[in-house]
Amino acid sequence: MKILVCISRTPDTTAKIAFTDNNTKFASDGVQWIINPYDEWYALVRAIELKEKDASVVLHVIHVGGAESEAIIRKALALGGDEAIRVNSEDQDPQVVAHQIAQVAKEGGYSLILTGKETIDHNGSSMGALVAEMLDMNYVALATRLEIEGTLATVHREIEGGEEIVSTPLPLVLSCQKGMAEARIPNMRGIMAARTRPLKVVDAYPFASTTSNEQFTLPPPKAGVKLIPADNPELLVKLLREEAKAL
Amino acid sequence: MPVLVFIEHQDGSIKKQSVEALCYGSAIAQRAGTTLTALVLGTTSADLSALGTYGVNQVMQVNAFTALSDTKAMANAVAQAAGSITADTIVFSNTITGKAVAPRVAVRLGAGLVTGAISLPDTTNGYRIQKNVFSGKALTEILVKSPIRVITLQPNAFEIVHQEGIATVTQHAFDIPASTITVKEVQKSSGTIPLAEAERVISGGRGLKGPEHWGMIEELAQLTGAATACSRAVADAHWRPHHEHVGQTGLAIAPNLYFAVGISGAIQHLAGVNRSKTIVVINKDPEAPFFKAADYGIVGDAFEVMPKIIQAVKELG
Ligand SMILES: Cc1cc2nc3c(=O)[nH]c(=O)nc-3n(C[C@H](O)[C@H](O)[C@H](O)COP(=O)(O)OP(=O)(O)OC[C@H]3O[C@@H](n4cnc5c(N)ncnc54)[C@H](O)[C@@H]3O)c2cc1C
Ligand SMILES: Nc1ncnc2c1ncn2[C@@H]1O[C@H](COP(=O)(O)O)[C@@H](O)[C@H]1O
Repeated sequence: MKILVCISRTPDTTAKIAFTDNNTKFASDGVQWIINPYDEWYALVRAIELKEKDASVVLHVIHVGGAESEAIIRKALALGGDEAIRVNSEDQDPQVVAHQIAQVAKEGGYSLILTGKETIDHNGSSMGALVAEMLDMNYVALATRLEIEGTLATVHREIEGGEEIVSTPLPLVLSCQKGMAEARIPNMRGIMAARTRPLKVVDAYPFASTTSNEQFTLPPPKAGVKLIPADNPELLVKLLREEAKAL
Repeated sequence: MPVLVFIEHQDGSIKKQSVEALCYGSAIAQRAGTTLTALVLGTTSADLSALGTYGVNQVMQVNAFTALSDTKAMANAVAQAAGSITADTIVFSNTITGKAVAPRVAVRLGAGLVTGAISLPDTTNGYRIQKNVFSGKALTEILVKSPIRVITLQPNAFEIVHQEGIATVTQHAFDIPASTITVKEVQKSSGTIPLAEAERVISGGRGLKGPEHWGMIEELAQLTGAATACSRAVADAHWRPHHEHVGQTGLAIAPNLYFAVGISGAIQHLAGVNRSKTIVVINKDPEAPFFKAADYGIVGDAFEVMPKIIQAVKELG
């Protein structure tokens, strides 16, 4: 079985969010970049676990982005990817990115494609479904557990107010979240091995974008907290009802 | 050209987020001088003609549709419905289902996609929609360049308005290949309000010292019709179930009221809750970062303050 794990690059969760170039670009000065947490902790680690259980599993990671992403790609290889593919494209339109992943997936013949539940910068939560549609595959979102037997996958997934267990044949696209696996840190052997594992760079596949990101804004700052004395919680309840109309 | 809104329903009622999506779709349709159609997949005992009060002209229902866990089948149905009325705007709510189906519909229709929209389209210069990015720490404006657009509306971002009207309900049968996804089991936590949909949320952090102290969180939630949530530290300690964990790596919510007790307000926590309309923080440490993001706060010991708040809510009735 061939598994493709999609990793995106995001600012560290504590990064200061600011913009430059007339608020059209993220200010990346001094920002630490990481693999999007859902992709690393859940999608990638679960794929590594599947490979550990079955040595015939081939595990590739894909990233659509510029050369500055090679550090995070190497980390994915250090954790346990066999090979990485970087599609050299800077376009941010989700369908352009999905098209790149779908093209690579089509050529590679993967039967399982894993994404994170959402990128913590774009907050699109659309990539898995886009890729699945482009490949005419089944898509299950928000997986918390995955077991594979032969060509059948059993997936636990979040639904509103609960959980659902579904079974679906491969090939399959899955978005992964908490529960799928436990985060790992790369060990020395993995880091050494990652240096020699192939990182293929391919040119972008042409695809016309339908959206573009025009102008960032920071939310207006809060007016400031209204502090209420600890011995007067009645006042809080009153303000919540009458002023904030929240009760 | 017409606007199509995808409706989610459960246990005989239309989801609140779908009603928001209808009102949003209605506003778009009115400005464009066109009609609003709602699409309902599957059967429901809800009165669909009553959707007219949210501006719907026509409800298309596909009674025989059962593959409600199959995003491929659902997207196929939505695309066929959109095609049959030549819709140029298809609106979903940004729910678990909406997020999983809308992108597929966008691909099928060659449409531009905006997920998590928080504004009506601005058409003065192109077609621009605002959405949250960086987990609520910033907004961005997306320019949609395609003639057809698929939009998912962020919950609690658009006000529900009632109007006069009765919708006509028509039945449809679409030709959709059999689903290969089988639902084996559904586990629902009954009785509680789902966090993603809740208008009010009472949330507890590590400051509550242990799961045995959640009674006051639950009592206040019950009294105010709120859902309960927690910080990641609390879920990691197994004091509360993981699906209650909000924040950057948990659920992102935007209720009218977020009431945080004994939570420090770490940046990753704020990322999931800072879009709430009103934030209340109870923390014994005046330096807790959460106060900077709050609208109302009490510096005090939760174990002393909470019983008094519960009492005050009870007295006000
Ligand atoms: C990559 C990454 C992702 C993360 N994602 C998330 C996420 O999604 N969600 C999330 O919540 N966290 C997340 N975290 C963790 C986050 O950084 C914090 O560690 C966590 O939110 C702390 O939880 P807490 O506020 O409950 O606990 P603490 O930080 O321990 O704070 C407890 C608070 O309670 C107060 N307190 C103590 N006793 C009382 C009392 N008697 N009465 C009133 N107040 C009292 C204290 O003053 C303190 O402010 C993430 C961290 C990382 C590194
Ligand atoms: N540029 C990218 N390269 C590879 N995978 C990506 C990229 N962007 C998003 N993804 C994957 O798609 C998931 C969802 O992203 P999004 O739809 O942007 O929230 C992420 O968690 C990644 O697994």
